[in-house]
Formats: sequence, C-alpha cells, structure tokens
Amino acid sequence: MRVLAAMSGGVDSAVAAARLVADGHEVTGVHLALSKNPQTYRSGARGCCSLEDSHDARRAADVLGIPFYVWDLSDRFDADVVQDFVAEYAAGRTPNPCLRCNEKIKFAAVLDRGLALGFDAVATGHYARTRQVGDTVSLLRSHEERKDQSYVLGVLNQEQLRRSLFPLGPDTSKAEVRAEAAERGLYLAKKPDSHDICFIPSGDTAGFLTGRLGSQTGDIVDDRGEVVGAHAGAHQFTVGQRHGLHLSVPAADGRPRYVIDISVATNTVTVGPRERLAVQVIDGIRPTWTEQAVDGSWRGLAQWRAHSEPMPATITALGEEIRVELDEPAHGIAPGQAVVYYDGERVVGSSTIARAA
Amino acid sequence: MAQETRVYLDHAASSPVLPAVWDAMAEAMGVPGNPSSLHTSGRSMRRLLEQARESVAADLGSRPGEVVFCSGGTEANNLAVLGAAGPDGEVLVSAVEHPSVVEARRVLGDRVRVLPVDDAGRVDPATVATAIGPATRLVSVMWVNNETGVVQPVGGIAAVARRAGVLAHSDAVQAVGHLPVDFGASGLDLLSLSGHKLGGPVGIGALLVRRGVELRAPGFGGGQEAKLRSGTVPVVLAVGLAAALRIATGRLAAEAARLTALGEQLRAGLEALPGARVNTTAPATPAVLHVTFEGVRADDLLLLLDAVGIDCSTGSACTAGVHQPSEVLLAMGRDLADASGSLRFSFGPTTAASGIARLLEVLPGALASARAAY
Repeated sequence: MRVLAAMSGGVDSAVAAARLVADGHEVTGVHLALSKNPQTYRSGARGCCSLEDSHDARRAADVLGIPFYVWDLSDRFDADVVQDFVAEYAAGRTPNPCLRCNEKIKFAAVLDRGLALGFDAVATGHYARTRQVGDTVSLLRSHEERKDQSYVLGVLNQEQLRRSLFPLGPDTSKAEVRAEAAERGLYLAKKPDSHDICFIPSGDTAGFLTGRLGSQTGDIVDDRGEVVGAHAGAHQFTVGQRHGLHLSVPAADGRPRYVIDISVATNTVTVGPRERLAVQVIDGIRPTWTEQAVDGSWRGLAQWRAHSEPMPATITALGEEIRVELDEPAHGIAPGQAVVYYDGERVVGSSTIARAA
Repeated sequence: MAQETRVYLDHAASSPVLPAVWDAMAEAMGVPGNPSSLHTSGRSMRRLLEQARESVAADLGSRPGEVVFCSGGTEANNLAVLGAAGPDGEVLVSAVEHPSVVEARRVLGDRVRVLPVDDAGRVDPATVATAIGPATRLVSVMWVNNETGVVQPVGGIAAVARRAGVLAHSDAVQAVGHLPVDFGASGLDLLSLSGHKLGGPVGIGALLVRRGVELRAPGFGGGQEAKLRSGTVPVVLAVGLAAALRIATGRLAAEAARLTALGEQLRAGLEALPGARVNTTAPATPAVLHVTFEGVRADDLLLLLDAVGIDCSTGSACTAGVHQPSEVLLAMGRDLADASGSLRFSFGPTTAASGIARLLEVLPGALASARAAY
C-alpha cells in the first residue's frame, strides 16, 4: 500500500511510520506545518509545530529511508481549528481542538490531498485500533487504556476510517514504543510527550484567549446571585473549573466552589458547590458516526474528555439531535466538548455537547 | 525507486563532482602543510594554492591577485555587499537577488535599496542610473537568476555604475562554467562564483575583486586572502574548484550547445501540456528551464516526480521545510498561484536526452494528480 505517514516529530508517529516500512508498505512521511511563525513555538513546552519538531520528523524519515515533505497547512489550521477554538470560548463553550484537528485537518485536508496524490491511506501515531469486517472498518479502543486515543478519533466517519491506519493500535505500550524507537535507531526515543494544546505551548489558555478576545471585567456570582469576586473575561473560564477564581468572599459553608455556569451575554461567571455540577442528561448536536447512523435508543458507554472514565448510559438519536442519559450523575461536563459513545470497546459516534443538566 | 533509474535535474542546486576533479583533489590531499607557513611543506601547499588561483584567474579573464577564495557563493556575496557598503554606504540590489545578497538588509537595514525588474525578471540599466544616489557605494545584480535562468544585462549595469563612480558586483554563481564570463571585459568590480555549481566540491568559492578596489573586511583573523577573508584556505577544495572550472571552460561551447538542445527538447514537450508556461526567456543560461504549471502546488508536483525518479526543485527558498512562494516570480509581477506552482529543471554534464524524455513521459500523470490534489 502507498501510505502517507503524518509525522509530528514525536516518538509515536515515528514508530508508526517505522512499522509500516517494516511491513513492506511504500511510505512517505509528511510533517504538517500548522503555525504561520513557527519560531514563536520554539521555546518552552513542545508543540506539534515547532521547528525542532519538523527537524525531528525529517530526521526520523531519513533514518527510515523514506521520502519526507512538510505541508504548510497553517491557513487551514488557523481557520478551522484556532479560530473555531477562540469562537467557541467567546460563546462560553469549551472546545476540544485536537478532535477538531483530526476531523478537519489530519483526516480531511491531509487525507484528501494524499488520496489525490495517489496514496491509499493516511497513518498516524494514535493509540487506537481498527477492525475490518467485510467492507466495514470499526474503530476500537487501544488495549493500552492509559494511552488510548480513540476519543479524539471519535469524530471520524466510515470513509475516513477506511483510509486510516493506526500502526500503534493493537497492543503497544508507551514503554514498548520507546524501546522500539531506540532499537530502530530513532534518536527521539527519549523525547518527552506533548500534552499542551499545540498552538498554546505555554499552557496559558486564559492568556491566549485574552490576547485574542481582549479582557472585560465582570462579576463572579454565587448560586444565590451574590457577587463573590471579579474576573477579566467570562470566556477565560470552563464549566467545572475550580482553580484560578480568586474569590474575595469565602463560601458560607467553607466548601470548595466551582464554575457552574458561564454567561457570555452578561459577562457573568457563576460558581457553586460541586453537586451543582452533577449532570445526568447531555444533549448533543452535530452527530458523527464511525460506521452508520444509529437510530433510536441503545445502551452504551459515554465519554466526554480524552481520559475521562466511560460511563454507562442510554443514548438516543433523534435525527440530528442526540440525548445521552447517564446511569449515574457525573461532574465536569461542559458545553462545547465532544461526547463520544462506545459499544463496549467500539466507538459508535460523537456529538458536540450543547446542553448538560 | 532504484538509484540507477533516477533522473537528476537539479544541477543548479548542486552538480555532481566531476571524476577528474576527484582525481585532482585526491592528489592534493596527500600534500601536508599550511599555505601560510614558511617551511618547505608550507611552500609546497602554497604552490598548489597559487596554481589554483592562477588557473581560476586565467579561465575568467581575471588576474591572480584578484581572486579571493572563500567558502562559496554565499560568503562571496556577503563579502562583496558588506565589504563595499562600509560603515555608511548604500547598496542597490535587484528584486530577484539570492538571499545571500538581499538579506544584507539584516545588517544594513535601509541602506539596502531594491531595484525593480521587468516581467521577464530583468533590471533595466536606465533604472539603475536614476536610482544611484550620493550615498550609493555598490550596485549588485546577478549574472544569471538562480530560479529562472534569465541573464541580466550586467555589462550595461556595470557601465552605468562606473559612470556614476559606484562599484558594480555580480553574483555569477549560476553563470560561471555555463556561459562565457570575462571579468576583465565585463566592466564589473566584483564577481562571485561557487565550486559545486560547476562540478567542483561544495565549500569553496571565490570573489573576484578588481585591482585597486578597496573593501572593508567584514570578518577578522589572520588576514589571509588579501586581508579580506581570514582563515586557512582549504587548498584541496581550491584545487578542486580550479580543476572543475578548467574542464567547464574547455567544453563551454560544446556543452552549451548540448544543454540548449536538451532545453529545446523539454520546451517542445511542455508545449503539448496544457497549462505549462516556460518562464525562462532569452537570453538565459542553457542549464535552466523554469516552468509554471497552472493549478498545482509545486510541492505536490515535486513529491509526485520524486516518487517516479525525477529530482528537481522549485529553486526558491524554504522556511522550516516549507517552500515559500517564489520572490522572483512575484517581483516579475506574477501572482501567488504562479509563484507557488513553478518548478526549476536544471541540467548538467550527467543530463541526457533520455532523462528529459523520461520527465516528459511522467509529467502528464503527475500533473493530473497534482491538479486533483489542488
């Protein structure tokens, strides 16, 4: 097969490409340049688009003896991921840019371009598995549960999955990947993992948003409407957030308070006790399906963050609207996040959380 | 793709070292000593160095004392521009110069002024005449453009500069070894050349400095190479450069005729391809053909051609591995699509008609795929 291997400059995607080469595929490496001015991403934490990363990816491709190119997708990335991220926060929601990047960039812009150029598939270093039965490709969790990345791939559809390869999928642990990288002479074997949002390598999301959206002082109120603090912009907060609130009036009961609501219209952030965060019903929009759309109600597992515990739920599809009813209440579910539903270890689909109550 | 089936059409980036050059360098490599040393070993090294210098001078219509060896075209250009500008002088450069000339603005700032080019990429000497001001010390216009292969009217520009009392420099990296270059007759004060563009080794080049021209050395050290370029001269590389230039000079006319025929073969084939437009207009080096392909990203076409055994280039600068739109085409008034959808095919001694035929055979398919991916 002719495979386009997306190489971030990290150890996972390098080993994924190496395995494809070892399996006899005709592999071409491609590094995605996602930042207009990569120098600014050079210092501090690792992003997926620094000059150092593109060098590391190129070096890995050279060691593997495969062609390597850098594709400048910075305009697409800015329009589809960064601006969406900012707009979502501006609307008081909490987006997941990695999902968005998979949906719009890696398995859309890159895949389409690759297919047009004669490639059969795109490969990445995600920890997830696929299983083909007949013509249908199912997306499954990695056995390595701590590294499992099926959540961020939950937005993919059947067309995309048929053209996607996850060579780390089956049963690889991170330690094995690092050992394999060292064995194959890939010097980035010891390179640390990236955790931050790649376009905010400092990790200061609030600062980044303030830079884009400005700051506007507003009130922090408690669940009875009393002002308990001030903030510099409602868009800097996430439902479920506890730290960085700097409340001036202590809670009457002395218990920790969390962001329970964000109103962009009134620039008001509401805090309250943890139980106010409890959610049992999630309404989702923009459904995606990994195989085919599922109608009606069914029992499954729901997950709303990359590494949150999957929770038993009843999932109901009503056309373009999805309702997820959790068996037990859960905390920290924010509008804008994606809820991904599983049938056992198999990803069924996803939707964007519009409301949670 | 197996090595033997590859077609190398990127000689303007680097041309393979000629076998006779290898031999000359291997012989020189056995000689010990530093050419600046006074003892016998030093003298034997110096003999090789000065022979190389005399050989280069003879092949370029220059004098041995005018040849300043340095590390290559980039350093030669840096020496010329910074050396001539001095502490307060201004330099005029064309809008299509190599970064090793135009990026002098990082050091000189506003003291670098850019001369416009016409839609073929040429500077009109009359433009130079009106642009020269009281602070102007140097006019720098390349002999052959590294992307399009187009030849500039350097003789006319040098004459204008001379009349105004200003120094004239030409980056002749893509001209030397391909076109007749007579430094003495050119009217130029400064000329840059590079070894590996003409079958010599990488890491050696020279700046020709007309006798009597004073440059301010940008670097400092032991004062080698007429106090302009300090550092021990790599004699083996200088020997390689001289050997390559001697070979190229000896067969200049024959090789030019051969490469011209290859260029014609490629032009004829391109005429049959819809949406292909040759940007290389006469007068030009016979070694380069620069082509805009409508509705493609040059990067995609490169990938596809690479996959079927063709090595070529956009010829333009890369930033972090990403090709930037061609500044040369933009300066010629072309749009961003053209500037991002052009390839340079460059020929040399190893280029044969079969290679051009192979390129023309695979181009239609590659173009179709690249257009589908656009």
